[in-house]
Amino acid sequence: MTLTLSGSQTAGPFFRIGLERPKWSDLTADGPAGQKIRIAGNLIDGDGQPVPDGLIEIWQANAAGKYAHPDDRQSKAVDPHFRGFGRACTDAQGRFGFLTVLPGVVAETNGTVQAPHINVSVFSRGLLRRLVTRIYFSDHAGENAADPLLRSIAQDDVRNTLIARRLDDIAAIPTYHFNIVLQGDGETAFLDV
Amino acid sequence: MMTSEYVYAPEQAGTQPPNDFPRYGSTIKRAPKRKLIPMTQTLSEITGPSFSADWVGASAADLTGRRSGAPIGERIIVTGRILDEDGRPLRGTLVELWQANSAGRYTHENDGHNAPLDPNFPGVGHLLTDDDGTYRFLTVRPGCYPWRNETNAWRPAHIHFSVFGAGFASRLITQMYFPGDPLLPLDPVYNSIPDQDARKRLISAYDHTVTEEEFALGFRFDIVLRGRHATPLEN
Repeated sequence: MTLTLSGSQTAGPFFRIGLERPKWSDLTADGPAGQKIRIAGNLIDGDGQPVPDGLIEIWQANAAGKYAHPDDRQSKAVDPHFRGFGRACTDAQGRFGFLTVLPGVVAETNGTVQAPHINVSVFSRGLLRRLVTRIYFSDHAGENAADPLLRSIAQDDVRNTLIARRLDDIAAIPTYHFNIVLQGDGETAFLDV
Repeated sequence: MMTSEYVYAPEQAGTQPPNDFPRYGSTIKRAPKRKLIPMTQTLSEITGPSFSADWVGASAADLTGRRSGAPIGERIIVTGRILDEDGRPLRGTLVELWQANSAGRYTHENDGHNAPLDPNFPGVGHLLTDDDGTYRFLTVRPGCYPWRNETNAWRPAHIHFSVFGAGFASRLITQMYFPGDPLLPLDPVYNSIPDQDARKRLISAYDHTVTEEEFALGFRFDIVLRGRHATPLEN
C-alpha cells in the first residue's frame, strides 16, 4: 500500500514565530573538529530585491566527510560535537549567515567522490515548496572539477552559482560568500532531489 | 557486482504544487524560471538531521497553557501520525507548528491585520513524535484572516506544520486545514496542489474519538513523507 504524499504549502510570511532558532546558525558551538568557516550571503528575488522573509537550512557532513546519520556507512567516525544541521532566518536586508566547519569529501558506494559541499533548503513566502541547492567552495577547484553533480551541469554560469566565493578571512576564520538568487539574472541552480 | 542502496522514491505525480503559480501573487518574483537540475541521489540527500530533546528543548505541545491565563477561543486537540508513503511511522522526528490566534492574528510584528492579539496565545509549539510516529497538540482553533493576494482575499483557517522525516530529501513544510471551510475553494495556496485527492489530504478530519468530553474537539491530521526503496545499483 502506498499512501498519498502530503503536499507542500508555503511557509508564509510569519514562520519566524514558529521556526526561528537563533542558536542554530552556529554549528560550532559544541567544538567540532575541523576548520571553522563562515558562510555569508543574501537571498534575492527576481527584481534583485532582498527577501527579508526567507528561511535557510543547511545539512552537511563533518570535517571528515561523514554524515551524522545511520545510513552513512563510510568507515569514518561521526563527530559527537557536530550535528550537521543549521537554520537561519534572513534579516531585513535578505542576509543570512552560518558558522560551521568545512565538510570533508564524501565517498559514494558507486565509487564516486563528492567535493566538499553543504546542502541547502530555501523556504519563504511566495515559495509553495522548498528549493534545494548546494554550496561548494571556490578554493577547492580540484575536488570541484571531479564532483559528479558539478560535472553534470554543462553551462559554466549555471554551475558557478553553486560555488561560494572565498573572501578575506574575518577574525581569522575563512569566510565564503554565497548568494541565493530565486529568479532572473544569476538565478541559482536549484536541484531536483 | 550488484549491491542495493536505499534511495527516496520520486515524488508522486500531482501531489506537490509548482512554484510557478501566478494566482498566488508572491510567487511571481520568487519562483525560479529555470527547470530544476536533475540529479542522482547521494548520501547527502538520503541522510538528514536527527533531533533530540536536549537540543530542541522540552516538548511544547500545549499551546493553551504557556502564559498566565487561558487563550480566547475554541480549544481543539490536533493529533495524527507522521508516516512515510509505505506507512512506516517516523519516530522521534521533529514537528514544529505555528498559527494565528482565534481572531486570525499572528504574534508577528509584520502582521498588520486589525484583529486583537491574545497575550495568552503565542501560537507556536513543537515536539518529537513518539514510537508510533504520533504527535498531539492542544491549541485553539485559528481564525481566518484577510491577505492582499486579490480583492477581498481571505485565507481559510489553517495551522502551519514543519516536519523532517528520515532524510534531507523528505523535508516538508505544509498547512493543515479544517473540514467544511467555505474559503477552501477560493484559496490559491490550497488549490496549488494539482491532484484533487492529494489536496484533500491537507484537510484534517473531525474525530469524535479524539474529542474530550467537556473539554475540546478533536481533529486528526496525518502527514505522509517520501519513503525509501531499495534500488539495485551497479558498481
